[in-house]
Amino acid sequence: MCTYLTMQTDVAGSGLGAGGWFHVDRAVIYFDHPQDAPFEHALCVDLVTQAATSPSQERVALELDAASARRLAETILAVLDSPEATELS
Amino acid sequence: MYDGVLAETITITGHDGDDIEAYSARPLGPGPFPGGVVIHHMPGYDRATKEIVRTFAVYGYAAICPNLFHRYAPGASAGDAAAAARAAGGVPDDQAMGDVAAAVRELRRMPNANGKVGVIGYCSGGRQTYLAACTLEIDAAIDCYGGRVVATPEELSPSHPVAPIDLTARIGCPVLGLFGPDDRNPSPEHVDRMREELEAHGKTFELHSFEGAGHAFFSTDRPSYRVDAAKEGWKLIWKWFGQHLAKA
Repeated sequence: MCTYLTMQTDVAGSGLGAGGWFHVDRAVIYFDHPQDAPFEHALCVDLVTQAATSPSQERVALELDAASARRLAETILAVLDSPEATELS
Repeated sequence: MYDGVLAETITITGHDGDDIEAYSARPLGPGPFPGGVVIHHMPGYDRATKEIVRTFAVYGYAAICPNLFHRYAPGASAGDAAAAARAAGGVPDDQAMGDVAAAVRELRRMPNANGKVGVIGYCSGGRQTYLAACTLEIDAAIDCYGGRVVATPEELSPSHPVAPIDLTARIGCPVLGLFGPDDRNPSPEHVDRMREELEAHGKTFELHSFEGAGHAFFSTDRPSYRVDAAKEGWKLIWKWFGQHLAKA
């Protein structure tokens, strides 16, 4: 099935794409049919520049199975919740 | 009989007068040939979809697949364009139908056209095909596992304001539906609902479900590919279009 399940959030930072580093300000997160990952559905993340004018629509793309995506999310939070990261954030 | 085909990227004038990219494949013989619009799936106007367009040409159809994601990322890869379309909230139904109508017009005015044009779509394209059967003048439609033909009010949006099932009374051509019972949308219950509506409105249709198959069973590059379902499905496609797109 197509889930059409898509959420977005503002982000701030840089992404490394095919053309080098670029500014990212938007994350599009969806659980739906992937482009490449060998699953029927994947947790997909696109990091983009919202006002991009390049026709190539540069993005950093990620497609993970659900379990991997959960581990990634939990690990991200664990890193951010560490004393060092908390102190420097 | 000469069996050469020509496949190329073209530009068509779609919804709102926008020039959009499309993939065209047609037999090189004298014809006349029926036409087929191929509506791509959610992952986009990709290599696998273009292969389907070429397959139609090999089987004697002039076929066009409009790139419904073109506006969101002109010149981008299929994946990047699909991502850009998703980030923009998806393709509105009126825009998609305008682009499909443009492809239908393009096929009808080909010099060796027989005047008949069918529409076939896969995945989200299946839903758009059902919508095309309801809203456009076409001669046959084939919905391959289109989800959200039957949709709850919560599943509607400004881009998709109407559930296609609610437009069934307006269907003006024979409809073939190909589904996998392991699919969750369309589920077997959704397919039953489609059958009820099509019967209630006296439409010409066939709906087939292939045991052991789910969504995207035609996709040869995905784990959802099911050989038996795809082989049987293709036979039904040629039979349906052969029957309903033959020159009168």
